[in-house]
Amino acid sequence: MLLVNLIAILFIAGTLCWWIESYNAQAPRWIALAALVIDLCLLAGLIPTLITDSESAVAAGTWMLQWQAPWIPRFGISFFLALDGLSLLMLSLTIFLGLIAVATAWKEITYRPGFFYFNLLWTLAGVIGIFTALDLFLFFFFWEIMLIPMYFIIAIWGHERRTYAAIKFFIFTQVSGLFMLLAMVALVFVHYRQSGNLTFNYFDLLQTTLSPELGYWIMLGFFIAFVVKLPSFPFHTWLPDAHTQAPTAGSVILAGVLLKTGAYGLLRFVIGLFPQAAQEFAPVAMTLGVISVLYGASMAFAQQDVKRLVAYSSISHMGFITLGVFAFNAQAYQGALMTMLAHGLSSAALFAIAGGLQYRLHTRNMNRMGGFWLTTPRLGAITLFFCLAALGLPGLANFIGEFLVLLGSFQSHATLTVIAALGMIAAPVYALMVIQKIYHGTYTSETTSDSTSESPPKSVTEEIPDTANSDTDGRELGYFSALIVITVYLGFFPQATLQIAQPALNNLLNTARSTPSSVVARINKQPCNCTIRYQQP
Amino acid sequence: MNPVPFISSTDLITLLPLISLATGTVVVMLIAAFARRHGTVAQFTGIVLIITLCSLAYAGKEIPRTVTPLLQIDALALFTIALLTLASLAITLIAYPYFQARTLHREEFYPLLLLALLGAAALASANHFAALLLGLETLGVALFCLASYNTRSQSAGAKSLEAGIKYLVLSGIASALLLFGMALIYAQCGQLAFDAITLPPAVSAPAVDIVLFYGGSALMLAGLCFKLSPVSAVIASLSKSAVFVVLLRYVIASDSLQSPQLFGLLVIIAGLSMLVGNWLALMQDNIKRLLAYSSIAHLGYLLVAFLALQGSLEHNSGLAVEACSIYLAAYVITTTGAFAIVSLQSSRSEQEVEHIRDYNGLFWRRPLTALAFTFMLLSLAGIPLTAGFIGKFYLFSAGTQAGLWSLLAILIAGSGIGLFYYLRLITALYKKVAPGSENLDADSGTTLSPAYIAVAVLALVLLLVGVYPQPLMEQAQRVAETLQIKGHMASK
Repeated sequence: MLLVNLIAILFIAGTLCWWIESYNAQAPRWIALAALVIDLCLLAGLIPTLITDSESAVAAGTWMLQWQAPWIPRFGISFFLALDGLSLLMLSLTIFLGLIAVATAWKEITYRPGFFYFNLLWTLAGVIGIFTALDLFLFFFFWEIMLIPMYFIIAIWGHERRTYAAIKFFIFTQVSGLFMLLAMVALVFVHYRQSGNLTFNYFDLLQTTLSPELGYWIMLGFFIAFVVKLPSFPFHTWLPDAHTQAPTAGSVILAGVLLKTGAYGLLRFVIGLFPQAAQEFAPVAMTLGVISVLYGASMAFAQQDVKRLVAYSSISHMGFITLGVFAFNAQAYQGALMTMLAHGLSSAALFAIAGGLQYRLHTRNMNRMGGFWLTTPRLGAITLFFCLAALGLPGLANFIGEFLVLLGSFQSHATLTVIAALGMIAAPVYALMVIQKIYHGTYTSETTSDSTSESPPKSVTEEIPDTANSDTDGRELGYFSALIVITVYLGFFPQATLQIAQPALNNLLNTARSTPSSVVARINKQPCNCTIRYQQP
Repeated sequence: MNPVPFISSTDLITLLPLISLATGTVVVMLIAAFARRHGTVAQFTGIVLIITLCSLAYAGKEIPRTVTPLLQIDALALFTIALLTLASLAITLIAYPYFQARTLHREEFYPLLLLALLGAAALASANHFAALLLGLETLGVALFCLASYNTRSQSAGAKSLEAGIKYLVLSGIASALLLFGMALIYAQCGQLAFDAITLPPAVSAPAVDIVLFYGGSALMLAGLCFKLSPVSAVIASLSKSAVFVVLLRYVIASDSLQSPQLFGLLVIIAGLSMLVGNWLALMQDNIKRLLAYSSIAHLGYLLVAFLALQGSLEHNSGLAVEACSIYLAAYVITTTGAFAIVSLQSSRSEQEVEHIRDYNGLFWRRPLTALAFTFMLLSLAGIPLTAGFIGKFYLFSAGTQAGLWSLLAILIAGSGIGLFYYLRLITALYKKVAPGSENLDADSGTTLSPAYIAVAVLALVLLLVGVYPQPLMEQAQRVAETLQIKGHMASK
């Protein structure tokens, strides 16, 4: 029931935001904040049980909470939500970044704030649904539900080319989603022919035996949907546009949370349902991951636009996740998970910084910036911190993630891993370029005068004089410091977090291992001392 | 040939919907002739439609029943009649404020609407070529009049006449082809009743005859563009779905999808209509034209479920018939709703409000109307929470079961193109408007409440079916079961 509440609270609060807007324009943001805080408290209530039961949870099974109600009996579809360690971490990330998004939008969104928070909360509710749904139909339902409010966030509150970006985002995700729907239905009917039981239940469908060829095609349907969302190299073109054009809060949610739904889907569905097909497909997927790492990094270096740069760096980091997910061993999975969390935090922070810069300077073009450290030293220091986090400085969360991914995938595919590791060299280049272009050099006050050509929303234009040179205020310091604390915590103490997801990851690994495949057998022969404490076979 | 028995009282009860529609048409026509008050005529039309709906409940107890060799009243017939009667009720509600805002002939619209519905109802229950032709021509005559309804108007008169003539010519050709096809089929098997027709095995010649039969029907199905909004809604929902149902019935009875040539031809038609319909809709700036072209695409989607019939019969499951019924229901509700909103906006003045730019920023002026329109468009695009998604889900299920992979791939491509123009419309609805210009369209003073009610109900039904589709699915299952038994018997 807790899971239903988590979703329902956001849906109801979102509707309330919209309704109350006409009475009080200030109220929606407080309601959004309150709803997310309540959700966070509900989730936090789970943690004590988690810590005490962690040993027994490993033994008994991985699912902490389940909730099921019949929905469409005609097709054996039920409203089936469940929570394991993996989902729990993803939910925490979602709700935490939801709070960050509300905080970034606090002053930025002045046009129809009620409808904005409505869309924000509904997106988050959809994402929570994705992370907990264990009925394939329900999963798809949430997968699509989440799109519409996100589309509105980009299309209404976005920047210059918002319409183009929003439509591109929607079409990419929806069309790839249809491939997933097709694959889902095909899987369900295969299962129906084998067992005579028409069902969309994840656990039942795990029992399906697929012929290699059919399994490959069905797996591909899921793979396309998730890889578009992730995004990986050939399907990435929607991302720079969507991220760049979205308002700050939209970018935070997109980068921090929505991309992770793709990674989660790969782990839960592609690996979970089609272990064998996925292993055969692994070389291709890993190659795509490696190309994403290098391509994203090199494209990031070529950008003038801060948000576009961060967007391309996201593609690069997501490449590591693809690499890790298809490496089929414990370290790589832990690495992929840690990268998901770490990238969620750091990219959210970087987009918040880019939003803050745009709020002050009314441009995202780095060539028009310079010497900004003089006027905003605090923002500069925060930027430096997150750039270092993004480039993978040891001691911060991203390092743990990428290191574990490389360690794990080296065991299954050494050549590709060596090439991917080059991405670790490219990352400092673009990350430090950000610092250099924006904060070093001579200060130019010319920036503010260009604001008209960028055509920001009218309401913002009126506030130029006050904001141009102001450093971070209490609100900004507050959310940035929360992000910093968690990034450092994950960097120094990753074990506690990885422990939560361990049963779920082991489960996935076991399904993968139980299938006869030469790939896995080869991996498991090699012992690895350095991260043995993470492994709990 | 069975001897024709006299009609029993049970037969009359099953025929009640058709009888009430026929009587109602005459009554409304007489009222329109003598008491020329728009309100009265519209009210009586509403009453006739409600009586028809009630009579369906009585008829439902006696089904399935063959009433005279001509008509077969079964779950499919009643499902279709119910759907179309509800759509007509919505159209009546929308039409009243629309005509109230105009200085046209208003009253004649309603008897024509009822006549069209009668024709559609006859088509939906036709079990014989004679009934098919009667229904089709009744529908066709009414539609022709409706298409050229606006002839006296200063601004749109010429276009209206053009639309009428176009329709007349096309439907004439279609009827001729249809009759020719029937004659050929009769020459082949000497029967005119659907269930008596069987395809002679492995002969190439009769396939050509049936191609002709379908050629006629396909022409009837071809989407036509009309200028007058409520008429467009009638055309889009009534004629297409009625013709589709009769096709469905004929194909199940005669098992003619077994012919590979015919199957191939229909695959090509389905694929082309999905791609071409969507592609042409992409080019439109006029919402009514856009919706008309997109309805061609939807017909292509529907044909996917239709073609899945063959696979469905092999597995002895009614999934394809179910998919047809659900998709048809979703499509009728959605299209009627979308046209309802265009008429609602056009009812505010005598101007037709049908260009995309007229809808810029509608959400900020009239949030509820725009929201309802958004739901309709999302449903047309097949996004969850709406009936359209359930329909699309059924298409995928039926297509997968029948293994129509290439058609499903085209369906995905077509949906992708479709999304683009639906999203373009939605984007227009939510476009930011400069402050101050928020109250552009003032009310003309005519009462809009009937249209609002129709739009609200349609939007709610859309959402309800999208979120809790089980009741509709059960109805569709009943339709499938009765047809399946027949199909099974026919194959023996």
